[in-house]
Amino acid sequence: MIIRKPQALKDHDVTDESLYRGRRKFIKTMGAGSILLGSSLAGNVLNAKARQDDLKNELTSYKDITTYNNFYEFGTGKSDPAKNAHTLKTSPWSVTVDGECAKPGSFALEDLLKPMQTEERIYRFRCVEGWSMVIPWMGFELGKLLKRFEPTSKAKYVYFETLLDPEQMPGQKRSVLEWPYVEGLRIDEAMHPLTLLATGIYGKDLLNQNGAPLRLVVPWKYGFKSIKSIVKIHFLEEQPISSWQKANAVEYGFYSNVNPNVDHPRWSQKRERRIGEFRKRKTLFLNGYADEVAALYKGMDLKKYY
Amino acid sequence: MKIPEPYFSRLFKPFVFALALMPLVSLGLAAWQDKLGANPIEVITHSTGDWTLRFLLITLSISTLRRLINWGQLIRLRRMLGLYAFFYATLHLFTYLWLDQFFWWEDILADIIKRPFITVGMLAFVLLIPLAATSTNAMIRRLGKNWLKLHKLIYPITILGVLHFWWLVKADVREPFIYMAILALLLAERVWNAWRFKKQFLK
Repeated sequence: MIIRKPQALKDHDVTDESLYRGRRKFIKTMGAGSILLGSSLAGNVLNAKARQDDLKNELTSYKDITTYNNFYEFGTGKSDPAKNAHTLKTSPWSVTVDGECAKPGSFALEDLLKPMQTEERIYRFRCVEGWSMVIPWMGFELGKLLKRFEPTSKAKYVYFETLLDPEQMPGQKRSVLEWPYVEGLRIDEAMHPLTLLATGIYGKDLLNQNGAPLRLVVPWKYGFKSIKSIVKIHFLEEQPISSWQKANAVEYGFYSNVNPNVDHPRWSQKRERRIGEFRKRKTLFLNGYADEVAALYKGMDLKKYY
Repeated sequence: MKIPEPYFSRLFKPFVFALALMPLVSLGLAAWQDKLGANPIEVITHSTGDWTLRFLLITLSISTLRRLINWGQLIRLRRMLGLYAFFYATLHLFTYLWLDQFFWWEDILADIIKRPFITVGMLAFVLLIPLAATSTNAMIRRLGKNWLKLHKLIYPITILGVLHFWWLVKADVREPFIYMAILALLLAERVWNAWRFKKQFLK
């Protein structure tokens, strides 16, 4: 009946985005004088028609990525954030970094980002609700940023906080969750090269509904770990409690690693619906990033530390 | 209040019949125009579920409305509205079984056993089946008094339906709360009505 096939997805969206991005990068690289790299990128541009992740998954369309969001600060419906997030002011923006580190401080976003080289990372994104996307993020490794603040040996965990301002984030006027939204990672998870701080999607700046101007992306964990619109980063010794843990500790653990073998009490996690596809597909252990990150959890009972 | 015959049966009732089909029509139109958003199956699941609950509550509100605005004719719409609840419940169930789960029976069975919100939803549907099956005039005659008793199942069914929704939502219970509040009002009116009737009767 009614369900659109993957082919019906607006392929040209994807291609246009990537061509645009590829050209820009090409020109930039040529400007830098690296002809070898430049020509290989030109090859990329020519092959840009079907850009894929490491497991040959097609990208989710820009439209779907920017209109189907969980961002309760702008309403609990999937299409609410795209409608309501325009009230968020992302400039000026500052991020406070404090806790167990030698160089804490409050930084204007521009200063924070200036030394960081952004790159594109195509990651699978798996929501705890059983849907998933493939997203071309622009960003940089969180670890590279964190090192600048020189975390001490007591910094065992990193805690993140979203902006708290019910005027800009009208969803915060209702106590659906305890505001502000907070999240945390173990320091080795935070320092892992896959862990990204994202500033863009499809080569464009993040839209507000996707967590502008700065959000976390941890591709092997359920989406809610990837906290949006970050204003605070805090190093600490004790494991912090995340917002969803506070709301329902039985259903949401601190780790929240994508794991088809550990069910959420209300959903099986064995399968997922890739946005744009009809049939569900099997969910992969650690969202397909086991080779890279399984070592972080060696010897841990992942059923207990869910 | 009364709509004279034949206007009630020739015009009003068909109008309500067509109106009750509108949720399905608009869902079909949206699907056809590709306006169901990024996750169409989720929209279809939620919409058919919402309308099942709404028709259950509308069906329950018929006797209350009849008493409140003294419109006896309304009762003649109740069977149709109840069957619409069953109709949307069936669409809802098949959306889950087919579009969501692709008849992976092993997974479906695990869902029914392990996930309380699916357990109660499935139970509510199973209980609806005998009500739909006994909705014909012949069955009403055949069952006599037992028909009324059997159809009291609408109460546990609706309670299970609201519970199904409540247990499904992650954090924002505003919507299921509205359904629960309406159900509570409808049940309270019945208790109040029975109490008033009893008091009158005892005098």
